[in-house]
Amino acid sequence: MAAARRLLPRWAVSLRPVSGAAAAGALPKRVKVVEVGPRDGLQNEKNVVPTPVKINLINMLSETGLQVIEATSFVSPKWVPQMADHTEVMQGINKLPGVSYPVLTPNLKGFQAAVAAGAKEVSIFGAASELFTKKNINCSIEESLERFGEVMTAARAASIPVRGYVSCVLGCPYEGKISAAKVAEVSKKMYSMGCYEISLGDTIGIGTPGSMREMLTAVMKEVPVGALAVHCHDTYGQALANILVALQMGVSVVDASVAGLGGCPYAQGASGNVATEDLVYMLNGLGIHTGVDLQKLMDTGTFICNALNRRTNSKVSQASCRL
Amino acid sequence: ASGLPEYIKIVEVGPRDGLQNEKVIVPTDIKIELINRLSKTGLPAIEVTSFVSSKWVPQMADHKEVMRGIERHPGVQYPVLTPNLRGFHSAIAAGATEVSVFGAASESFSKMNINCSIEESIEKFEEVAKSARNMNIPVRGYVSCALGCPYEGNIIPAKVAEVSKRLYSMGCYEISLGDTIGVGTPGSMKRMLEAVMKDIPLSALAVHCHDTYGQALANILTAIQMGVTVVDSSVAGLGGCPYAKGATGNVATEDVIYMLNGLGINTGVNLYAVMEAGNFICTALNKKTNSKVAQASFSTATIN
Repeated sequence: MAAARRLLPRWAVSLRPVSGAAAAGALPKRVKVVEVGPRDGLQNEKNVVPTPVKINLINMLSETGLQVIEATSFVSPKWVPQMADHTEVMQGINKLPGVSYPVLTPNLKGFQAAVAAGAKEVSIFGAASELFTKKNINCSIEESLERFGEVMTAARAASIPVRGYVSCVLGCPYEGKISAAKVAEVSKKMYSMGCYEISLGDTIGIGTPGSMREMLTAVMKEVPVGALAVHCHDTYGQALANILVALQMGVSVVDASVAGLGGCPYAQGASGNVATEDLVYMLNGLGIHTGVDLQKLMDTGTFICNALNRRTNSKVSQASCRL
Repeated sequence: ASGLPEYIKIVEVGPRDGLQNEKVIVPTDIKIELINRLSKTGLPAIEVTSFVSSKWVPQMADHKEVMRGIERHPGVQYPVLTPNLRGFHSAIAAGATEVSVFGAASESFSKMNINCSIEESIEKFEEVAKSARNMNIPVRGYVSCALGCPYEGNIIPAKVAEVSKRLYSMGCYEISLGDTIGVGTPGSMKRMLEAVMKDIPLSALAVHCHDTYGQALANILTAIQMGVTVVDSSVAGLGGCPYAKGATGNVATEDVIYMLNGLGINTGVNLYAVMEAGNFICTALNKKTNSKVAQASFSTATIN
C-alpha cells in the first residue's frame, strides 16, 4: 500500500483547483488518427516481434483506412532491440498511396538511414521535463533541441516533413507535476524549428480532463490548434475522457495504438497507449469522420495479439457482444 | 466558476450490482466487511444488497444477514433493490431505509430480465412506491438500456424519457440512467440526456455507465458537462457484463474519482481508502482489479 501512496500524485487524491473545464465549442467534423502501434506499441512490448509479423501488421493497418502509420524507429539497436530491423521493415512494407509512414529519427545519423531506406516523413521526440530528457536520452532539453536542429535542416533540404513529439505534457515519472507553460515553451520551439505538427504526449497517462484543458490552453497560445495532436496513455483509464476534452477544444489529430499495444515502462503491468479501436468507436459515436474501418482494425488487433500471444487492451475488442 | 458541478455524489454499487455480476459466490462476512470498509471512505451512498428471490440471484441470497450485519454510518445511505412489494416488506423488516426499483427502456430486456412488459413492471413498482411513500422511505428508480439494448439494439431517447418520467412521477427521488451494456458514447449520451432533461430536473438525474467498450469516463464527463451531479460506479470495477463474456461491466469508482479530483470536483471520497477496499475485495475474490488507477498504483515501480 505504501507503494501506491508514493505513486499517486497528491492532487489525484485530493482536489486540484482548476477553472474552465465545461464543454467548449463544436467538435471537429473529421479527425486524423495517427496509428503508433507498430512503433510506440511494439517498442513497449516485451517480446521481440519477427520482421515478417511487423510487416504484416503494417500492411493490415494500411488496409483499414488509417492515413498515418508510424512504421519504425531509426535508433540504435543497442538501445531499442525491438526496432533493430528498421531498414527491413521500411523496405518490406506495402506503401499505399495516400498513407504516410513516418519513422522516428533521434539524430542526423538515424535520419540519413531512414531516408536511405525510403522514409518520406520523420518524427523527433522532445520532452517537457528536464529530468525525463536526461534519463531518456542523456542530455538537457536544450541540447536535444540542438540535435533536432540538425535533423530539421537536413529534412528541409530533402523536403521531408517532420512531426514533433513532446513527452510528459501532463506529468513526469521523475519530476511529477509539469507546468503548462513549459509544455508551451517546448512546443513553440519545435514548431518554430519547422515541425508541421506537435503531438502532445501524456507519457504516463496521469492526466485528467482538468490538466488536459489547462495544458492545451497554454500551448494553443503559441501553436495553432490545427498543428496540434494529442497522444494519450490510458494508464489511469483517463485517455478517452482526455481526448474528448482535446476535441472539444479543437484538436483534430489523435494518436492511438491498435489493440492498445505497449505497456507503461514506469508502472509495471499497467497499460500504456490508448487503443485505436476504442478511440474509433468513440469518434464513430460522435459522428466524427475518420475514414477508418473499425472491423478491419479489430481484425488487425486480433492478428497482432495472437502473434504476441497476449490479450488485447482494447475494450471494444474484448466486448464483441455475444448474446 | 468552471461550468462543471462543484460536487458530485458518487453512488457505490459494488456490493450489489458488482457482486451480483461476479461468478464466485461471496461469503456473507466478506460482503459485510466490504461494505464496512466502503462506509469509511466518505462515499455518501452504498447499494448494499437486493431483496430478490435467491432462486433468481443466488449471490444476493444473504440479503437479510448483510442488511442486519453492516455498520450504518451516519450520513451514509444504504439503499437496497426491491423488485416488488414482497421484497420491499422484507427489506423494511431487515432495517432498510431506502430502496431502489429497476425499470428498462426496452420491452425485450424487460421481458427477458423480469419476465414482464415495461408497463407491468411499472405497475409493480407503483405498489412499492406507494408503500414506500406511506413509510417515508425514499425510492430510487433505475432505467436500464438507456443507450442500447442487448436484444433490441438501438434505443430511442424518447423511450428513455418516457420510462424515466413514469418512475419520477410515481415518486422516485432520483432516476439513474444505465448504459447496461456499455455501448453508449458521448454522442448517444448527449442525445439521451437532452431528451430526459425535458421531463426530469437535472438534479434528479444520475448516470450509471458500464465500461464494456471503454467509453464510461468519456460518457460520464459528457453527463457532468451537461449538469448531471450523481454518478454510479463500482469499487474495483466489480461486475462483468452478462451479455459479453469476458468483457468488463461497471466503471471503477477509483477511476471516476481520479477524474473528478483532476477536474477539481468535490466528492468527499478518499481515493486511497477506496483503493484499499478494492484491494480487499479483489484479494477475497482472487481476481485482478478492473480499475486502471489501482493497476497503475499497486505496481512495483521501476522509477527511482
